[in-house]
Amino acid sequence: MMTTETDVANASGGGVPSLLLSHRARRRQRIAAGLGSGALLAVTSLSMFAVLFIFYFIARDALPFFKLEGVREFFTSTRWYPSAEKAEFGALAMFVGSALVTLGAIVVAVPLGISAAVCLSDVIPFSLRQWVKPVIEVLAAIPSVAYGFFALVVFAPLLQERGGQLLAWTVWIIGVPVALLGTIVLGDLATSKLDDKKRSPVRWAIMIVLGAAALAGLVASGRALGALHISSGTNALNVSIILGIMALPTVVSVSEDALQAVGRELREGSYALGATRAETIVKAVLPAASSGILAAVILGVMRAIGETMVVWMASGNAAQIPHPFFDFLEPVRTLTATIAGDMGEADQVTGSARYHVLFAMALSLLAFSFLCNFFSEWIIRRARKKTKG
Amino acid sequence: MNWIKRITAMAMVIAMSAGAAAAKDAKKITVDGSTTVGPIAKAFAEHYMAKYPDVNITVSESGSGNGAKSLINATCDVATMSRPMKNSELKAAQDAGVLPIENIVAMDGIVLVVHPSNPIANLTLEQTRGVYTGKIKNWKELGGPDRPIVVISRDTNSGTYEAFETLVMNREKIAGNVEYVGSNGAIRQRVMSTDGAIGYVGLAFTEGVKMLTANDVEATPESVIDQTYPIARPLYMYTNGRPKKGTPLFGFIELATTPEGKKIVEATGFVPLK
Repeated sequence: MMTTETDVANASGGGVPSLLLSHRARRRQRIAAGLGSGALLAVTSLSMFAVLFIFYFIARDALPFFKLEGVREFFTSTRWYPSAEKAEFGALAMFVGSALVTLGAIVVAVPLGISAAVCLSDVIPFSLRQWVKPVIEVLAAIPSVAYGFFALVVFAPLLQERGGQLLAWTVWIIGVPVALLGTIVLGDLATSKLDDKKRSPVRWAIMIVLGAAALAGLVASGRALGALHISSGTNALNVSIILGIMALPTVVSVSEDALQAVGRELREGSYALGATRAETIVKAVLPAASSGILAAVILGVMRAIGETMVVWMASGNAAQIPHPFFDFLEPVRTLTATIAGDMGEADQVTGSARYHVLFAMALSLLAFSFLCNFFSEWIIRRARKKTKG
Repeated sequence: MNWIKRITAMAMVIAMSAGAAAAKDAKKITVDGSTTVGPIAKAFAEHYMAKYPDVNITVSESGSGNGAKSLINATCDVATMSRPMKNSELKAAQDAGVLPIENIVAMDGIVLVVHPSNPIANLTLEQTRGVYTGKIKNWKELGGPDRPIVVISRDTNSGTYEAFETLVMNREKIAGNVEYVGSNGAIRQRVMSTDGAIGYVGLAFTEGVKMLTANDVEATPESVIDQTYPIARPLYMYTNGRPKKGTPLFGFIELATTPEGKKIVEATGFVPLK
């Protein structure tokens, strides 16, 4: 700084004020600017190179597996005996396990997360939101081993002892509001074409019939679930719920940001047209924020599929496809847990197939993450085009 | 690609020299390996450091396979293992210029454990095999209550698993619906809280669960040491070469043969050497 000022003074010469820099000073500035932006570029590309390197090294160790054992067994067999004398490396059960557990986590995290985000951004007062949001984000700060411990020591025995009852309660808690809303909306829709005189009694009749049917369904399914006995609490259901809770802060936080980004104008415009708050949220705000919400969901999916510690501790790690395949009450094994659990014995010194198969799994996971990322980018770009018209 | 190779080679040289330096530092002993032998190593370390405060011993438990790997890569001085080294590992050690010396420190019995409410008291090895291969699915097939069997195994990474596989499974493959957990403690935890569960653990991890006799032989220190109990095995601490007399490493390994050492082994729930 000092030199620059004297250079300016020198350049200005005999008392005539000038802002021109001397040749040397200008060159120095240009070099400094180049260095600065170069350093920033290097730092930025570091993370990019890290991704490329990870891809390269995982692929380098994954490809020998396919050379050694071929492709077919890995993707089509469920027989996983990596330590047997005649080793078998069928990873299909792990693919199904990962998919199942992720699906379960989505079912838990997405409705809860989006409703919570809507509540935070459009329903509760701003001052309360400033309190609640950080509390939800604390969920993300809890180490996954703590979740795993909870899943193994508290939740698994609970599922074994009271699993059926818990499921029945859950059905009631979710079912009652859904049934109420459903009967009201359906009753309204079915009678919208009738004239005013007949409308009210017909609507009441329809609503009573529908409500009774829903209640009967709830009682029946609640009773069936209540009689259910879960023999092993470390299963896909346990892990799905815990992973769903773990993915919740990501989904809430990102989709709430998306809802906030929609802006006041749209909401006020909607209110000005006479829309109620519910109509504004459902018909204006949510569609406008849909690309951001989708991004939140995909981030949540990636959080769930990549999680290792919880699934290793609480999924049961049984290398099987449940019968039927959507039976969440059976133990499953995921790709991540297999990588973590088998890494110790997989010998890189001898470069065995048992070592390389874990990298083949890692490569599959990585490929899936990339696909997810590209897909979300594509969706967001498409949505942007649409909103621009 | 050449520069990548060069950089990896350089990193490996640095890592190896660091490892060699650690191994040479006689006042510091690094122990790594089996989660089964871990408690013994920890108790030994505690005892030894109390006696010789200038010696620093660190014990980590990452599985027998990892222990062997660490010894081969010269990142530990003692590899605790619940199975003997495999030929492939011995060969890898030879290639790396490491000479693994086997030291037996204690005997271990693998005990089948069930929920305390389970009336079953004995399983033959054949029945056990039937349970783990999935041929027997319900406790009533074994004379127990009508309850599905929740079969739990250690992960394939553990020495206990390998010992079970060799001592019980007889080359038959464990069924796909068997659950795998990462430690002896986790098996105990799962069996304690699951009424249909069966698992297998080291002799030291049977608190709170019901032990089964195998082939009508109870797992006791005596039956394990004379190997009348069918699922018994030695526990090892491997060193690189025979430790020199008078070094802390020598003292640490030899602890197993001293009366105090035997007491420690007994206190951790294993069977000391005769």
